[in-house]
Amino acid sequence: MSDETTTGLNNRKILMWVFLGSDCMFFASLIGTYLIYKGMGLPHPGPSDVFDIPTTSVSTFVLLMSSMSMVFAYAYLVRSNIKAFRIWMISTIIMGATFLGFQIFEFSEFYFHDHLSPQTNLFGTTFYALTGTHGIHVTIGVVWLGIIFYSSLFRNTVSAKTNLDLDLAALYWHFVDIVWIVIFAVVYLFGTFKGFPS
Amino acid sequence: MTTIPLKLPFKIDLSRPVNPTGIWDWITTIDHKKIGVLYGVTAFLMFITGGIEALLIRTQLAGPEMKIIAPDVYNQLFTMHATTMIFLGVMPLSAAFFNYIIPLQIGARDVAFPRLNAFSYWTFLFGALIMKSSWFLGGSPNAGWFGYAPITTTTFNAGHGIDFWVVGLQVLGVASLAASFNFIVTIINMRAPGMSFMRLPLFTWMTFITAILLVLAFPVITVALIELMLDRTFDFNFFNTRAGANPLLWQHLFWIFGHPEVYILILPAMGIVSEILPTFSKKPIFGYAAMVLAAAFIAFMGWLVWSHHMFTTGLGPIANSVFTITTMLIAIPTGVKMFNWLGTMWGGNIEFNTPTLFSVGFLSMFLIGGISGVMHSFSASDYQQQDTYFIVAHIHYVLFGGAIFGIFAGIYYWFPKITGRMYDEKMGKLNFWLMFIGQNLTFFPMHFIGMQGMPRRIFTYDANMGWAFWNGVETFSAYIIAFGVLFFIINMLKSWGNGPKAGDDPWDARTLEWSISSPPPVYNFLDVPKVEALDDFWVKKQKGLSKIKSKTKPKDIHLPQASYWPMLASLGLAIAGYGIIYNLVVCGLGIAMLLITVCAWSFEPVNEPDAH
Repeated sequence: MSDETTTGLNNRKILMWVFLGSDCMFFASLIGTYLIYKGMGLPHPGPSDVFDIPTTSVSTFVLLMSSMSMVFAYAYLVRSNIKAFRIWMISTIIMGATFLGFQIFEFSEFYFHDHLSPQTNLFGTTFYALTGTHGIHVTIGVVWLGIIFYSSLFRNTVSAKTNLDLDLAALYWHFVDIVWIVIFAVVYLFGTFKGFPS
Repeated sequence: MTTIPLKLPFKIDLSRPVNPTGIWDWITTIDHKKIGVLYGVTAFLMFITGGIEALLIRTQLAGPEMKIIAPDVYNQLFTMHATTMIFLGVMPLSAAFFNYIIPLQIGARDVAFPRLNAFSYWTFLFGALIMKSSWFLGGSPNAGWFGYAPITTTTFNAGHGIDFWVVGLQVLGVASLAASFNFIVTIINMRAPGMSFMRLPLFTWMTFITAILLVLAFPVITVALIELMLDRTFDFNFFNTRAGANPLLWQHLFWIFGHPEVYILILPAMGIVSEILPTFSKKPIFGYAAMVLAAAFIAFMGWLVWSHHMFTTGLGPIANSVFTITTMLIAIPTGVKMFNWLGTMWGGNIEFNTPTLFSVGFLSMFLIGGISGVMHSFSASDYQQQDTYFIVAHIHYVLFGGAIFGIFAGIYYWFPKITGRMYDEKMGKLNFWLMFIGQNLTFFPMHFIGMQGMPRRIFTYDANMGWAFWNGVETFSAYIIAFGVLFFIINMLKSWGNGPKAGDDPWDARTLEWSISSPPPVYNFLDVPKVEALDDFWVKKQKGLSKIKSKTKPKDIHLPQASYWPMLASLGLAIAGYGIIYNLVVCGLGIAMLLITVCAWSFEPVNEPDAH
């Protein structure tokens, strides 16, 4: 097998883009389901009963900052500054895990305090399915970045030469972030602000 | 030779297979040609089981008030017949051609991700087994191939049948998605030098467009299936009407997938016919660019027509009018393709052998199916035809007379390339005429009894309805089709081992796969071909340049090595699937197995550095 490709791009990079295109349709269907059922069924507990916008804004900010530190990690890796790469890498992982921590806190708050379970009403069903799917995506991303970080520390297999491995994980990470921006706007902001049709 | 450093509590030999033989060769193979054969044989066996289900349905309907098959079994039969033919028959038979032919047509040594390709096959196999095992595990799905929720929720459908359908389709979806990712990357990135997009053979083009449709359509049904699975397993409310759920949600999600799916089924067959007609008319394809653009337009429009499956749900006059118009628009690019095929044959020196007969059969049958399609694209007319045998006639004209005829044409056309042997032409023609006559006598009368009001999915009918005569004819003719397929099987079995040697280029064909030996060597091409024109091989033959000897030695070509991981990863997915149905702990174990095998897979190099 020769390493040359028709377009000069790496096969895995194109694969990642095609996968993300496919994943767009996946999230589009889930968000579509959420919007179709918005305001239908039992109204309480509804979005304005459970959402705490300041808290979720903090976790959203943390997730967006993790994208920035991801960019730094990649930039330092291609410049062969492994030490700075590791610092930004671990900060990305910590911020991703922090976002997950917020989500677990949020889910348990909704579940135990507001008595909103997936079985309660259509809002519970669609909300947990959509944000839960996103949470699984973030978890996969954190584990993926964790494996790369581990490889960099103990297997010494991460270098500027193998930056594509990190590039693919970073693409995925940024995509998951962008999806969260949509979810935050459509589910959280549209769900609580007065003036948006329910 | 390296071993995979997995820490396990017991010793297990996970060293990589080196030149495995026999059954292990087939289990660990990542050669696109072997995987193509595996796909083809498996899918054909599934096609046979779907055919048996169809014959049982037809036998029950042979006369009024027959009591051969109980109503609940009848429901399972028509559900499994359609699900089998669509997801286990036509789609993987097309995938068999993608696997075998695409790398050869674009001048590549293999697909972009050989192990992912093996994973696609094994996942397809396990998905098919999950689906089919329902017959032996308490009953099959019984809610029709589109499984409308809420009738598929536990409230109305408590048994495990629907669970097999929900899980089986998700596993099959993973297989189709993985294969499509692979083929999109392969076609973008593995083309031989000079093989620009507008020099791609049309079959490759149709595969490319099909794969794009699939990558965008399957996530939608996957979400619908996950929602249904959450409803059935964890009491979510997606389709729980008592919680205020809207039954139209399933229909919208399903048909947003379902209509592109129709083109996923037919475009590969169109691609096959677009290869066969120029070859046997000894003319280049008429209007190559128009063919490509028409297919792209069909694929795009395929996203804007889904509600024509839902005209009678009461979407309102505006929605119905819009979807009527968009649906009718699709007739234009389809007509372009039809006239281009005719233009290809016009004035050509046509050789009427079995592939040509099946291709011309495809054109005529697909035309009839297309015309009845335009009839019920008109929403007012569709109110009369919805859920009658008229629709059954339509889909069988496009999917049996269309897709299956195209696939059979392709099997006969590429049989000499794949096996190195020639099939029996007489028996091939007999196969065609039996299938052609059988198809028309089975499905054309369905237009009549459909217009007379016979609904689909009823297990019997009253003698006074006046449907008995044509139903009898249809059942008789269904057996004619079965005999046609029987001759096909005999022909294949007989010719695979003992047919006369075919030679490298028996058809004097136009595309690159015919420039190498039959069957192709494991490395496909000694030297990667340099492409200078559309139908490059044909052009080179005209210039006498096709016989240049290569200096490359086969042992200098490094090929990716066999691997256990794809099959084991698929097995993990299958275990997780059964786990969802029976026991969530087993599901967890299956997912763990999937994760471990995928990690081991990603740490396994494509080629061991010290092995040849």
